[in-house]
This record gives sequence, C-alpha cells and structure tokens, in this order.
Amino acid sequence: MNTPDEITLHGIAAAPGIVIGKAFVYTKHVPHIDEKSIAPQDADKEVERLRSAVTRSEKELQKILSFAEQKIGNSKAKIFEAQIMILSDTILFDSIYRRIKKELKNAEYVVHGEIAKYQQLMMNSKDEYMRERAHDVEDVKNRVIRNIQEQKLISRFEGGSIVVSQSLTPADTILFSRNEILGYATDMGGVTSHAALLSRSLNIPAVVGLKDVTTYVHSDDLLVLDGYSGVVIVNPSEDTVTQYKRRGREMTRFEHRLNELKDLPAQTMDGKLIELSSNIEFAEEVRFTRAQGSHGVGLYRAEGLLMGRDTFPSEEEQYREYKLIAERVFPNKVIMRTFDIGGDKVVAQSYDEENPFLGWRGIRVALDRPETFLAQLRAMLRASTKKNVWVMFPMVSNLKEVRRAKELVVQAKNSLRAEKLSFDEHMKIGVMIEVPSAAVLAGDIAKEVDFFSIGTNDLIQYLLAVDRGNDIVSQLYQEFDPAVMLTIRHIVKEAHKNKIPVSMCGEMAGDPVATLLLLGLGLDEFSVIPYVLPEIKKIIRSVTLREAQKIAAKALTFSTWEEAREFLVGHLKRLTPDIPLPEQPTRDLSVGPQPQPNT
Amino acid sequence: MIEKEIVIKNRAGLHTRPAASLVKMAAKYKAEFFIVKDGLEINAKSIIGVMTLAAEQGSVLLLRFDGEDEKEACAAIVGLFERGFDETQ
Repeated sequence: MNTPDEITLHGIAAAPGIVIGKAFVYTKHVPHIDEKSIAPQDADKEVERLRSAVTRSEKELQKILSFAEQKIGNSKAKIFEAQIMILSDTILFDSIYRRIKKELKNAEYVVHGEIAKYQQLMMNSKDEYMRERAHDVEDVKNRVIRNIQEQKLISRFEGGSIVVSQSLTPADTILFSRNEILGYATDMGGVTSHAALLSRSLNIPAVVGLKDVTTYVHSDDLLVLDGYSGVVIVNPSEDTVTQYKRRGREMTRFEHRLNELKDLPAQTMDGKLIELSSNIEFAEEVRFTRAQGSHGVGLYRAEGLLMGRDTFPSEEEQYREYKLIAERVFPNKVIMRTFDIGGDKVVAQSYDEENPFLGWRGIRVALDRPETFLAQLRAMLRASTKKNVWVMFPMVSNLKEVRRAKELVVQAKNSLRAEKLSFDEHMKIGVMIEVPSAAVLAGDIAKEVDFFSIGTNDLIQYLLAVDRGNDIVSQLYQEFDPAVMLTIRHIVKEAHKNKIPVSMCGEMAGDPVATLLLLGLGLDEFSVIPYVLPEIKKIIRSVTLREAQKIAAKALTFSTWEEAREFLVGHLKRLTPDIPLPEQPTRDLSVGPQPQPNT
Repeated sequence: MIEKEIVIKNRAGLHTRPAASLVKMAAKYKAEFFIVKDGLEINAKSIIGVMTLAAEQGSVLLLRFDGEDEKEACAAIVGLFERGFDETQ
C-alpha cells in the first residue's frame, strides 16, 4: 500500500492541547443559483417554500444564539442578533414574495437578487462596520437559500473529527463545538481572531493562520494537531503518531501534576514572592484562571466589549462588566487596560491608514476622543470601590500623553465626586511599555505613574522593526534578541529606581524558556494566558532568585538570540527536567519562506 | 404627506441598534415611512434598508411620511432622532 507523505504545517497556536484524529474539511456552502421560471399556478407554492425556509433559518439562528449565550456569555453572543433581525424584515420579504408572484421566478433566484442589492450598497460603504454588516447579510442570504434548497446544515457530523477550514465564522465555531470536535485548523486567522478566542473559551485545541492547510488536507486524512506549538501534521507516520501520543500523555500528566501546585504560591526557593496573574478578555474567564491557581488578572482587555458591535458601549454597560470582573477577581487585583483600538484591532470609526501599527491607536485614539475615554475612565473608577482595580493605558509613546491621560483621570474623578458616586481615590494608574520611545524614557515615565506593564508583542515588533505576520521577516522576531533583553532590563531597572513594580503581559511572559531570564531581570509580575500558569509557577518554584539573576546576567552576554536561547533552555532542562518544551519550529533561516512540498 | 429634514445627532449614527429602534417605532404607525439620503430612498420600515443608509453622525436625512397617522408617526420618529435613540441610558 502506498502511504502518502507526511507533511508538517506551521501555524499559530490558538488554543492548547494535542489531538490526533480524522480531518473533516468544511467548505463554506456557496449556493448554486439558477434562474428558473415557474408556472403561474406554482407561484403560491414557491412563496410557501420560501416562507418555511425563512422560518427554519430563524430557528437555526435562535438556536445558535441561545447556545452561544450559554457557552460564551451574552455580550459575545450579540453578534448573531443582527442576522435574526434581518430575517424578520417584513418589508424585505414582502417585496421578495411579490416579485416571485409577479416575475414567476424561483425563490432562491429572487432572494439572491433582492438581498444582493443591499449587500452591494453596504460593500461600497467607506465605513468598516458597514462592510462587516455586509458579511452578516451574506450569511443570512446563504442560510435562507440553503434552506430553500433544503440542504441540511453540516453542523452535525461524526464526532471526533478535526475541523479543517479556510476560516471559521463565530457561528461555525459555536455550532461545531456541539459535536465533540477534537480541534480546529484554519488557513486564516490570528491569535485574536473570533475563532481563536472562541475555541479557547470552549476548550478546544486550535491552530490558526496555517495559510494553506485546506489545500493539503482531504476529509478523513489522519491529522495530528498540536495546539501548544501551532503545528499540524498531515498523514503522520506511525512514529509521529506514537511520538505525539506520548507528548499528549506527557502534557496531560504534567498538567495533572501541575494541578497539585495550584494552591501553592509562586515563590522562588529563597522566598521571593512573584505575582502570577492571567490575561483575560471576558468576565467568564475569571473562574478558569482561579482553577489554574492564579493570583489575579494582569491584563484585562476591554476590547472584548467591542466585539461584534458598532458603537462604543455606554458608561453604564461598561461599568456593569468592569464591576463584575472586579468582584470576581476580588480579593486579588485586576489591571484593566483602556481600549486599545487601532493597529490590527477594532476600529470604531473607519479611517484608512497606510501604516495602522504606526498610526492612530491606543492612547492616541483615547486622547483625541476625550468623551469616549472619560466614559471608560468613569466606568473603571466606579468599578474600583473594592480597591482592587488598577488602570493602564496602551501605546504610550511620550510623557505628554501620560500627563494628559492623568489629567483626564482627575477630571473623571471630579465629575464622579460631583455626582456623589463612589470610587477608589487611590486607584493605581500605570502604562504599557510597548513603544521603544517609552522604553527609552522609562525613568521619566516611572516618576509619573504607579506601575509599568511590558507589552512584549508590540515592543519586540517595534524595536526590531519586524512584522511577525510577515512570513519573509517573521523569523527576525525573537524574544531573546540581545536588544530585546537589554531593553527589558532597562525598563525594570528604571522602574525599580523609582520604586514602582513592573508586570509583563506579552506572550514572552508565558514562554517557559523566558521565565528564568525575566525572574533574574527582576520582573515583579508575570501575566500570562491561563493555560501556561502552572508551568510558569513550577519554574519559579524551582530556582532561587540569586541563581536566576546569575542566569539572566549571563544570558545578556550572548551576541545572538540562538546562543541565548540555547543557554536558557539548558538551565531550564536542568532545573525542571519534566517540563515539556515546545519545539522551536525548524525553518531554514537562510532562504526565507519554506519550499512548498509537492501535492 | 409630510416631509421633514433632520440631522443625525447621536455619535454612532444609524448603526444596527439605532436602526432597530427606528424600525420598531415605525412599525407602530400605519403611515408609510421613507428616508432619503444622498438621492437614495429606502423604506424605513425595513431594517436591511435602514442599515444600508450607513448614516453617520452629522448626516442629513429627509424623512417622508404618508398615511392617516402621518403626523403622529413624524412626531414620534423625530423625537427618537432628537433623543439620540436613547443611547446614553
């Protein structure tokens, strides 16, 4: 028998876990629409066919909505409401029914023609949200047409498959999760795509951003999906399967053992207590971070509130969410980041920029729109009555921004006082250090704020001038680049000189290879995705601060990241031999993108 | 028939939520209700139509009501616009 070749594909690890199983290639249903004439006496029947298709579509969407509400919470489920509203648009459907009777054409043809008109108008809009709505309209149209053609929705299929798709809409992700899906692998998407966020909430291993996984995989192909390191292996050899089964077992066993660490403090062997906290986006995640043994929340991304909506939430709505989180995290603290929009994140008002990452984002947007910013500050202040809320600003690049933002905090406090609303008078105010200029100015900025949080993802990209989403240069994005390590050391030193604590909330904080280094450089708080918490805790507990300091000092002497990383891996293996290290993807660094295998 | 010109006041413009309130309010009246913006005329009792307008803050809209209760309909809808769609609860 011919065994097909094993193909390894690298993507982005979106949700952790190792699964081995058959692929189910999910192709979006793009309905085929013929223009057909119908006999006058069949017109009523055709209209009836459409009516029942609309009813079925509405039922489907209601189900998705209620399922989404249970699984991921009301705020995230709102994305399905607009679609339901369109289905109950009587003006739209009355004109479709009329056209069917008058023009004597088949229902799907008229539905397509009528809805496409609106879709076109929306697509032409300059407004990004309007164009997003066009996708909603497209989804609704395809759903109705599929129901007219009475094709079953492929949301139920044999359990135990790995879903492979170009992309997944939130509706797909939610629906598939009902079928004991093993995992998700998609061509498109990043760590922050809807599908990635949802699969993490749903606890389903996922690798996204694989670019062309759908061209390599056919349904029923055997796949290995490693959601820890972002690897998918197509047609794995028996050896590979055995190896990954072992790795999966190791990880599970390891996670169980780590579970025992849950209630122990993140403390070095010589007694230095480290704050180990989690990054979250939604209130529902707090319970999970608790289960993983976390102290608090080191980064709450308020942008979760903006998901799937077109307007900024009101102060009241924000207040309710912030309050809920502060209460759930209590007695620990939560660091709330004000909206970081722009860059690759939600833009509330579309604005074409050639270089969005160097453009209007983070604190820049906030300061240009003081009203929106003040509403958010007031909401966060009001949520701070238990004195466990800290607030920080993203994308700060100079002192003036820090001072201006602080003035607005004072203004927000004054207005609350005037309205006799209570808040924490001493709520701590900090900044993200993620722009190189802010890192350089760390000493001056530290005098103005109560704490720092290093955002490594952007800091590394800006510092090394590398877009890590760009395949050609992404291998230059390296946490252990000497420039990165020196910058982190500088930030921590300047903060400590001014007696303020430093947290890190970027991915580097959750990389086990970086833990000894960061500990040695004096980081006070590691804020990580909940899944890696126990692992980082284990490393912290395996070493003395003195030794970590020596390791960090030595790591800074290497002139290349490869040497530094190898050195750190060596120490990590010695101190915690049972930590399963993610394999560093081995790419041929000299030739840019990998050669493509023949298919 | 009554025609009335208004300017959108609320920050978010006629996005999904305001559009939904508008359509719901319009459905309470028998009068026909159309909105004209930049030469495009849509039936304002249709959510998909109102969504299509992409009317943001500052847009000028012409509202047209026609039917027995057109006066009441006009007053109610204009009030909704003036209150900024009750967005800042």
